[in-house]
Order: sequence, then structure tokens, then C-alpha cells
Amino acid sequence: MRMGMNMGVNMGVNMGQSQANDFTGTGGEGDQFLTFILAGEEYGVDILRVQEIRGWTKTTSIPNAPHYLRGVINLRGTIVPIIDLRERFGMPSLEYGATTVVIVVRAQGLKRDRIMGIVVDAVSEVYSLRAADLQPPPDLGNVIDEQFLQGLATVDEKMVILLDIDRLLNAGALEAEQVLE
Amino acid sequence: MTKILAVDDSNSLRQMVAFTLKQSGYEVVEAVNGTDGLQKARATQVDLVLTDVNMPGMDGITLVRELRSLPTYRFTPILVLTTEAGTEKKQEGRAAGATGWLVKPFSPDQLLATVKRVLG
Amino acid sequence: MSIDISQFIQTFLEESFEGLDSMESLLLSLTSDDSESINAIFRAAHSIKGGAGTFGFSEVARFTHGVETLLDEARAGRRAVTTEMIALLLESVDCIHAMLEAARDGSPVDAARIATIGAAIEASLRTVDHVMLDSKTVDSKVLDTQLPEAAANSHAAAQGPHGWRIVFIPEQDVMRSGNDPLRLIAALRELGVLQVACNTSALPPFEDLNAEDCYLSWEMTLLGEVNREAILEIFEWVEGQCELIVEPLSASAEVVDEMVDEVPHGDNNSAQACPNQSLQASGSEPPSLSVSASASSSAKPAARNRADNGSIRVNTDKIDALINMVGELVITQSMLSQMGSHLQTGDINYCIEGLLEGLAQLERNTRELQENVMSIRMLPISFAFNRFPRMIHDLSASLGKQLKLKLSGEHTELDKNVLEKITDPLVHLVRNAVDHGIESPDVRLAAGKPAVGTVHLNAYHKGGNIVIEITDDGAGLNRQRILAKAVERRLIPAGQSITDEQIHDLIFAAGFSTAEVVSDVSGRGVGMDVVRKNIKALGGSVEVQSRDGLGSTFIIRLPLTLSIMDGQLIGVSGESYVIPLISIVESLQVREDSVKSVASRGMVYRLRDEYIPVLFLHELLGIRSPDTKQLTESLLVVVEADGQRAALVVDDLLGQQQVVIKALETNFKKVGGLSGATILGDGTVALILDVSGLISLSRQITGPARSIHPEENKAA
Repeated sequence: MRMGMNMGVNMGVNMGQSQANDFTGTGGEGDQFLTFILAGEEYGVDILRVQEIRGWTKTTSIPNAPHYLRGVINLRGTIVPIIDLRERFGMPSLEYGATTVVIVVRAQGLKRDRIMGIVVDAVSEVYSLRAADLQPPPDLGNVIDEQFLQGLATVDEKMVILLDIDRLLNAGALEAEQVLE
Repeated sequence: MTKILAVDDSNSLRQMVAFTLKQSGYEVVEAVNGTDGLQKARATQVDLVLTDVNMPGMDGITLVRELRSLPTYRFTPILVLTTEAGTEKKQEGRAAGATGWLVKPFSPDQLLATVKRVLG
Repeated sequence: MSIDISQFIQTFLEESFEGLDSMESLLLSLTSDDSESINAIFRAAHSIKGGAGTFGFSEVARFTHGVETLLDEARAGRRAVTTEMIALLLESVDCIHAMLEAARDGSPVDAARIATIGAAIEASLRTVDHVMLDSKTVDSKVLDTQLPEAAANSHAAAQGPHGWRIVFIPEQDVMRSGNDPLRLIAALRELGVLQVACNTSALPPFEDLNAEDCYLSWEMTLLGEVNREAILEIFEWVEGQCELIVEPLSASAEVVDEMVDEVPHGDNNSAQACPNQSLQASGSEPPSLSVSASASSSAKPAARNRADNGSIRVNTDKIDALINMVGELVITQSMLSQMGSHLQTGDINYCIEGLLEGLAQLERNTRELQENVMSIRMLPISFAFNRFPRMIHDLSASLGKQLKLKLSGEHTELDKNVLEKITDPLVHLVRNAVDHGIESPDVRLAAGKPAVGTVHLNAYHKGGNIVIEITDDGAGLNRQRILAKAVERRLIPAGQSITDEQIHDLIFAAGFSTAEVVSDVSGRGVGMDVVRKNIKALGGSVEVQSRDGLGSTFIIRLPLTLSIMDGQLIGVSGESYVIPLISIVESLQVREDSVKSVASRGMVYRLRDEYIPVLFLHELLGIRSPDTKQLTESLLVVVEADGQRAALVVDDLLGQQQVVIKALETNFKKVGGLSGATILGDGTVALILDVSGLISLSRQITGPARSIHPEENKAA
């Protein structure tokens, strides 16, 4: 099931849907997840939501925004907010360095889809998981709100925590207001 | 390549005509009214003219008459696009020198059949 | 071949809506002898019908057909243009609009109304207009419509038994209509087995022969189960330009055979106008000319997506200008690259000069290109104004007021986005002007004014803005009534004296209406606050001027475009921000003795005779590590919005440039104090400050709620 592909060093690889499909060959059915490391734990997001992976670049701070919103960057002409996941989950923050990675994802919301970047420690693997492989999320105490978890999966004896990126990026201060149109 | 001039002030119809013809391998020149059509017909010799009748500025009948007076368009097939109510228009078109007509509304298939009929 | 024509439906809908708009405005100004307008209205209906039929909107086509016929009769002078007819046509325009909208959005239509109007059109079509009746036109009409029909009926019965004898004698000039006998014969060949005999007896001697004339005639036998109509259809286009005999074969089969024998072969002269391939033709393919009726069903309005994909129609002149400019840009680029290659080999000084010149040219090209690209989005405000003649017409009827609408500056252009968003506020203001402003005719007469009230819409460019004025010559704002209402609503304390401006400001307050009778038109008090909110959201402002008994004027100021503006780049605590140049009054060095502290609530700056509140940007923007200079080392940028001034404390003025505005809402959300962001030359993002947003932010902070940002409090 594991498809041995270390994405951590593949900075700037475009992870558009067409390329994500390249991985389906050996995995059989099931959804694919891109995993990343955050404070020693492995988290996963639906790979269809991943637009690209890039290195950390300086952001422009947004006034009066929550601390985990690092600011915005210029992503080929559009303004994209960058969210520090460690800070979002209240983990100790890490100095940004050459290995710091931003995963650009498309978060679907009730009102509209938005492109956002999440800062993680490193990108790990791509896994193919069937619904049957997933376990309901356990209570992780206060670390991560249960509503942001899609489930848990065990891969090669390791636990992978699958995030519900839509809920996570539409909650609280990140919630989109009514569309103006 | 066979070149066809499509003259219609309605963008949607003109685009439909142009698209249909291009799909079948014809080269299409588009014009939005008679004046534009005449200008384009002068600029490039086309093998067939399809023109709407009711257009602002120069109408289709006048366009036919003008084209026929050009030495290079004396024998070029010219079809007018009329509606079913336009019997008078058909006669008028023919009097002006039109080759024939195509009755609106027409489907892409009907258009192609008629074009084939005049171009062979 | 199957061609998906649904892709053109969007275009069809757009042009139909435009056509309906122009029908409406022409109808509203129509007089009976204005044949040009009637023609234009007819053309619009005609186009909609044609397109509707083609793209599968058969209901629309059927409905519009009646409208078109009515207009055709009017245009031909067979029907008088009456006010009843105009009213009916206006109703029809609404119906067609509704039907097309329904087709686009899949929304329900008011079928009853459409049926009623449709029936009314049918009814008026049946009533022959006796006044206009003219025996000649009626005769020709009868001839035109009945003859072909009668002919068709008799043909329909005559089914081909075994085959047909066809004699085709075209007139000499047949080819000058573009009809080629060869094609007609080729078409016949597709119907069945065809034998052709060419009669060259009419050929003149060679020296008299005109190569452009046709001297030949043909006698043919067509074998097979062929419908007579199918044959006639082939000759349809040359009807009247030829003698044509089509008769069943049985009677004359032998005669034909003889004739074939008699045909002289190998006449060289005939080659010019005669099909010079084998005349012994046999039909091989099944008839493919039969017109298939089912084909049009493919045109079902499948594209029922909510249709406004935000497309825009652009004048070809504008596109040509763009192409020219891109051409110039290419020339500049090649000049620059030439200079670049010279740099390695040639005279450095010469190259530098050339490069500088090239850069200047590039800058000019870029600016021109930018201006022209922007102009693509610019549309004349007449798109918004066009709806008002109808509205005034309808309001006049429903309110029992006599109204006149005056439009000026309709050609003033503004950005499509701004245009779309300003239309609703304009509608509101015009309704208000008519409902609240203009008095009823008797009141007006009593006041010594003309019975007919005038609403004037005017638009013009001023600076980088478009100004739209809505003026009425009604009673003006009623100061007493507004004041009383405001006190009643507890918007202001009783007995307080307030200025005219404050009075005028009150009418924009939420839920404020002074209408004594709530009418359908306005007066529910929802509106003016929304109007102001919408205009503000566009970066504009609205104000009102009023003179008692003489009327009032609403003045809207809007930016020409929402996507580009002139900005002043500033530095605050190491970050760059953009202030819209339009809101900057002046920039100045801080004079220490001009800064005053006001009751620990903040600071003011004395500028000449005015005290202006000082806003510390780093504080308002919540910059986390304030690397703030002493106030005296800072600069003040005096800004103005909504008639209020403020002095922004900044570290540096970094330069002015045009910036392309990017919405923060696209991927995030609206942020207080910001109107968007832009991308600087180095690729980084700079935030654009929203001056009026900053002023209201400062009120929240300097008010009692200051504890929201405790740490910044200390810093300040």
C-alpha cells in the first residue's frame, strides 16, 4: 500500500490533479492522501485538494488576524493566505528554515472554494487508503478539535491522522464571509 | 480551401454558422452587417456568401445587389438567410441576384446540406 | 456530422437581452411616423425569433413570431402604431425577457401572463387595420402566401410512380444569380438514376457567344421512387429563371429515348457552359437532401448553467488598437534585445543610450497597453440609464404623476463591474426622486411649477472618478419632517440643532423613511442605507443637495474602475502599504508643537486652523513588533474619506505607482481597514489601506473598548 515516495525533498513539485492521478496505478481503489510531519506526528490530507508544494517564502502580515495566520503571499498573481498548522493546533512553533514546507490546498467552503497554504515541518508520503482502513477519530484531548479530523489510519505500523481540511480552514477566524456578489 | 463569407448581425447565429462550416473544413470570414460584408468580400475573394436579410446599416438584399455589381462576384453563389414568413424577401433577394436561400431556423445539418448543394 | 450548438446559447441570450433592451427604449420613444425606429424594433424581434428557433427555444420563437408579425405590419404601413399597441409590445418584451431568463436559469415563468399577452397579440393580429387597408398590399399578400401553399398541396398528392421526365430550359442569364445548371443536375443525380440529354440547338455562332450566358437546355429522365416535391425543391432557386417541366415518366418515356439519340455529341463550344463530364449519369446514393426535421432537436437548451459567465462584448476597434499596441511592444522588445547583444561587442555608451531610449519606449507601450486593456472593460453608462425611460413611464402611470426624464452624459464610460453594481442603487434613487421628490400635478400647479415633473440623470468624468447626478425638480427634502422623524426614532436628541449636512446624512440612516404613505414604490425605509452601503462598497460616495421647493440632487462619485488605482507606497514598521492617492490631502513633517493630546483619548494635529485626529498606523494595523520611530521623526499623511480627515503616522513615503487591486476575499476574507492587496515589482504583497475603514477602526480602539489590544495600548 505504501508507495515510497519521499515528497519532503521535492520542493516546488506541482501536485495538480493530473499528476496525482499518476499514483493510482499501483494503489488499487481508495482515496489518496498526502502526508506530512508536524511535531513528530504524521498527518494526511486528501491529495485531490493539494494544488502544489512549495518552500517557505516571506509573507505579508494581515492586520489584526489570528496568530496562526502568518500572512499572505503572491501565488502567481493571486493573494493566498498562509496558515501555520503548528500554531493552529497550539503546538510549539518552529523556526522557519530551508526545509519548512507550504502545502497549497483548495478548501471547499459553503460559500466558495479558497486556495490556502499550510505550513508543515516536512512532506512525507502518498498513501492510498480505503474507507475500511479508516478508524473514527479518537479523543485526542485538547490538541486538535475532533471536528477537524477525518479519521485515523494505520500504515506500516504507523498512525496517520487524516485532517478534514475543509472544516479546518473554514473554522473560526478563517471562515469566509458572505460572497459580495 | 473553400472560403465562405457569413454575414449576420446576430452574433450567436453567425458564430453557429461559422463554427459549423469550420468544423466541415471550410474557411469562414465573418461580417456583422452588409457594409462589413461588402468590405470583407472586396478584401478577399470568397467562394460563397451567406447573408442575413434584416441587418442594421446595409441590409442583406442591398449587399447581394452590391456584390453582383462587382466583377469578381458576378457568378459567386450567394444565399440569403430568411425566415419562413419571408416570401417577399426571397423574391427580393432573387431580384437582387441571390442564388438561393436558406430558411431560418435551420440546423447545422441543413446548413451543410445547402452549402454542399451550391459548392458541390 | 453532429454539431453541438448549445455553446452559442450564451451569446444568443446576451444579444437577445440587449435586443430586448433596445426594443424597450425604442418603444418608449416611438412615434407613429418613425419608420427607422419601427424597423430597428422589428429587426431586434426578428433576430430573437431566428435565434430562438435555431437554438431550440421554440416557445420563445413562437411568441416572438406574433410580435414580429405585428411589427412587420406596422413597418410595412399596414398597421397604425397606437399607444395600445406600444403598451402591448412593451408587455411582450417583458414576457420574452422572462421566458429567456427562465430558459437560462431554469426558473419558472408566469405562464398565465405569457398566455394572456400571447392571446392579445393574436387578437390584434386578427383585427385588420381598416384605416390602413390598401387593396394592393392585401392582394399581393394573398398571392404570396396562398399560391405556394396551394401548389404544395397538389404536389404532395403526386407521388412519383416510376420516374420523371424533366425538361429544364434556363434563361440565358441564370448563372448571374450564382446558380450553376451543373449543380442542379448533380443534385438531381442524387435522387435516382438520371439520364441527361443536353440540347445545344440554341447555341449562337462562336463569334456571338457570350461566355457568361447559358444557351443550353436539358431534357432528363429520373428513374426511381422520387417525390415530385424533392425535384421541385432542387429547382426552387431558379424558379422564374427557367422553363421547367416535371411530368410522370410513363406517358413520355419513348419520346425521351428518341431525344437522347438526337443529341449532338462532342460540340466544343458547349464545353464552356455545359457539364463536360459523362452525361450518362446514374444516381448511387440515397436521397440525402431530404430536410431532416429532427436535427433541430439537438439544440435543446442544454446549457442551463446560470448564464452570466461574465463575458463582455468588445468593439472590434478596441481589439484592433490592442493588436497594434502589441505590435509596437514587439518592436520595442526586438530593439531592446538588439541593444542587449550590442552590449557585448559594441560601444557601451551608445548601447546605454539605446537601452534607456528603449526602456522609455517600453514604459510608454506598457502604459498605453494598460490603458487600452482597461478600456475593454469600460462600458457607457447608457447601459444603466436605458432602463429608466421604461421605469418612469410605468411609475408615472402607477403614481398618477406627470413625469419627464432627461438623460445626459449617457456615453460616459465606466468599468463593467462598477456599472453592474451601481444599477440597483440608481434605480432606488430614481424611484425615491419620483416618489418623495416630485409632487402630484395639482400640488405642483398650486406651487406655480409646471405640472410635469422632471428627473434628470447626468453622468460625467471628473478626475479619476465618474460622477452621476440624479436631480428632481420636486419639493426638496423636508427638513422639519426629517428632523421630527429622527427625534421620534431617537436618532438624535430632541431640541438639538443640527446642520443641513447632518439632516441630509439622516436620510441614509438604516430604517429611515419619511414617507407618510408607504407606497409600492418606496417608503419602506429599506433602501437609502443600502444605497449608501453599496456605493461605499464600490469605493464611492453619495451626497445630497436640496433646496426647499426646488428639488434635490443626489451626487454619486465612483471610481472609474475597481481594478487599478494610483497609490502612494508608505513604510510602517518595516512593512509596505499602499494608500489610495485619491484620498490623500497632503503629506507633512510633524511639527512637535502642533501635536496635542486630547483627554487621553488620542492625539490631534493642528493643521492651519483645523484639528485633525492622529492615527498611529502600526497600532491600528496591530503590527506585532512595533519598530516605531519617535513621532517627530515620522511623517504625517493627511487623508480624507466621507468628509472626515485624519493624519496617518507613517515612517516613510516610498513613492507613487499604479497598483492592480487584488481582492483579499478571493482566498481569505475582508479585513477591516484594508480594501485589498497588490503585488509590488519584486513580487511581494503590499496591503492597500481603506481610509474610511481605518477611521472607523480608530473609533473602536480609542473608544472605551480600547482593551481589545492591551499590549498595543501600552506601546501607544
